[in-house]
Amino acid sequence: MISTTVVRLGLRCLFGRWRGILLFALPVVLLGLSTLVRVLVGEDPDHAQGILYGLGLVVVVPLIALLATSGLLASEVDDGSISYLLAKPVSRYTIVVSKLVVAFLCVLVVGSLPMLLAGLILVSGTPSIAVGFAVASLIGGAAYCAVFAWLSVKTRHAVVFGLIYLLIWEGLLGGLLDGIRWLSITRWSAEIVDRVASLDLVSDLSLGYALVALAVVLLGGTWLTGWQLRGFNLTGDE
Amino acid sequence: MSVIEIDHVSRWYRNVVAVNDVSMRIGPGVTGLLGPNGAGKSTLIALMSGFLAPSTGTVTLDGEPLWRNEQVYKKIGLVPEREAHFDYLTGRQFVVAMAELHGLSDAAAAAQRALAVIEMTDAQDRSIATYSKGMRQRVKMASALVHDPQVLLLDEPFNGMDPRQRIHLMELLRRMGAEGRTVLFSSHILEEVEQVARQIEVMVSGRHAASGDFGAIRRLMTDRPNRFVLRTADDRLLASVLLRDPSVRGARLRSEGGIEVEASDFGRFSEVLPRLAREHGIRLHEVTPTDESLESVFSYLVSS
Repeated sequence: MISTTVVRLGLRCLFGRWRGILLFALPVVLLGLSTLVRVLVGEDPDHAQGILYGLGLVVVVPLIALLATSGLLASEVDDGSISYLLAKPVSRYTIVVSKLVVAFLCVLVVGSLPMLLAGLILVSGTPSIAVGFAVASLIGGAAYCAVFAWLSVKTRHAVVFGLIYLLIWEGLLGGLLDGIRWLSITRWSAEIVDRVASLDLVSDLSLGYALVALAVVLLGGTWLTGWQLRGFNLTGDE
Repeated sequence: MSVIEIDHVSRWYRNVVAVNDVSMRIGPGVTGLLGPNGAGKSTLIALMSGFLAPSTGTVTLDGEPLWRNEQVYKKIGLVPEREAHFDYLTGRQFVVAMAELHGLSDAAAAAQRALAVIEMTDAQDRSIATYSKGMRQRVKMASALVHDPQVLLLDEPFNGMDPRQRIHLMELLRRMGAEGRTVLFSSHILEEVEQVARQIEVMVSGRHAASGDFGAIRRLMTDRPNRFVLRTADDRLLASVLLRDPSVRGARLRSEGGIEVEASDFGRFSEVLPRLAREHGIRLHEVTPTDESLESVFSYLVSS
C-alpha cells in the first residue's frame, strides 16, 4: 500500500526546495514566540493556551499541512509531471497514501514536535498540556492533509482554496459561530487537547464524535483523492 | 506485437470538439501522427495512453481498455510533451525511480541501460535543473524506455533537440519499430515524420484527415495546386507562355506588379518555369510560393 520510491521522491521534493525553508520557518516562529512569552511573562497556563491554540493549532499546523500536501501533489498535478508517476503499473491509492505518509511525517516533524517543545517551554510544570497539543496537532494535521490532498487533485487553485477554507471557515466563522465546532477539524483537534490536558477549549463536543469525525475526514479524503487521480486527464497544451 | 485500436472516438471539452469521430489502428512499426498545432494530436495521445476518457467510442490496447487501467503501463512507455519537473533529482536518480515504480528487479541496471541508449551516461549525475531542453527530452525518453516497453508513445519528441540528437532519436525509433514494437510519435513537421515513419496518420482540426503510406500522402501533398508569385523582367510575356503549358492552371497579372500563377502539377512546373524563362530570354527576379504553410497543405488534404 506504500511505495518507498514515492515516499523518497516526496521527501526530496519537500525538503529539496524553497518550500522546505518555509516549512521550517513556521515552527521557528512558534518556538521563538513561546520562548519570548516564557521569558517575559513566566509560566502562565492562560498565555500558553493562547499561543498553543491560537497560533499553533489554528494557524501553524493547518498551514504546514497545506504547504506540505500542495507541495507534494498540487504542484505536480498543476504542471502535469504527476503523469510520470501515474504512467506506471502502480495503484493510484498507493501513490496517494505514500504521498500522505510524507505529509504526515512533515506534520510530525515541523508541526507536532515543535508544539510539544513549545508546550514544554511555556508550561514545563504541566507537561500534559504540551502532550495534548502535540497529539492533537498530529491527528488534526493528518486530517487536514487528507482534505488538502483532495483539493490538490480537484482544483488547480488548491493553495488559494485551502487558505480561504482556513481563514473563513476554520478561522473567522469558527470563532464567531459556535455550531461550526461540529464541522471543524481545529475544534475536533482541540477536543483531544481538552481530554488529554483537562482544558476547556471547546464545549459541548464529545471525544468520540471528534475522533470519528477526524477518521472519516482522513479516510474519506484519502479515498476521494485516489479516485480523482484515477481519472487524471493529461491533455497537453492543445 | 501490440496493437492500439481507436474505434469511432470523439472527445470534447464542454462545447469544444478536440477529436471528432476518429478510427485508426496503430500496429507494430513506427507510425507518425502528423498535424498542425491544435489538430488534436496531444488529445489523441492522451487517449491512447489512458490519460483521457473518450467522450464516445473506445480505445483499447490488445483488446484491453486503457482508461482507468494501470496495468497497461507494463506495456506502454510514454513520453509526454510536458517537461518532467523533477529538478531536485539527477538524471540517474529520476530514471532509477521510474524503473523502481515499474517493479523491475534490478532498477539501477535497467536505468543504466536506458541512459546509455539515449547517450546520457556522461550527464546522468547532474541535476535535471541544469539540463538543456534537449537533455530533458532525452531523460524523459530514458524513463519511458527503462522497462523495455512493447508500445512507445511520444508527443512531439523532437522539440528542443539539436540536429545530432534528432538524428540519434530517429535512428532509435526506427530500430524499435524494426524490432516489432509499436511506436507512435506526433509531430507538426513533415520532414521529421518522413524520415522516421512509413505509416502516417494525419490529423486536422480534430478530424482524421488521411492515413497510409507516407509516399502516397506526400504525393498527394505535392500534387495539390500550388500558388506562386513571380517577379520577372517581362511579366506579360511569361504569363502568356506559361498559360500554354498543361502544368499551369491559371496566371494573373497583379496590379502591384508580378504574376500570380496557380500550378496544378508542381513537379512539372518547377522544371518548366526556368526552361521557358531561359528560352524566351526573361530574367526571373523572384519566385515565391504563397501557400506553403503547413495549415494550407493540411487544409487541402481535408478537402480532397
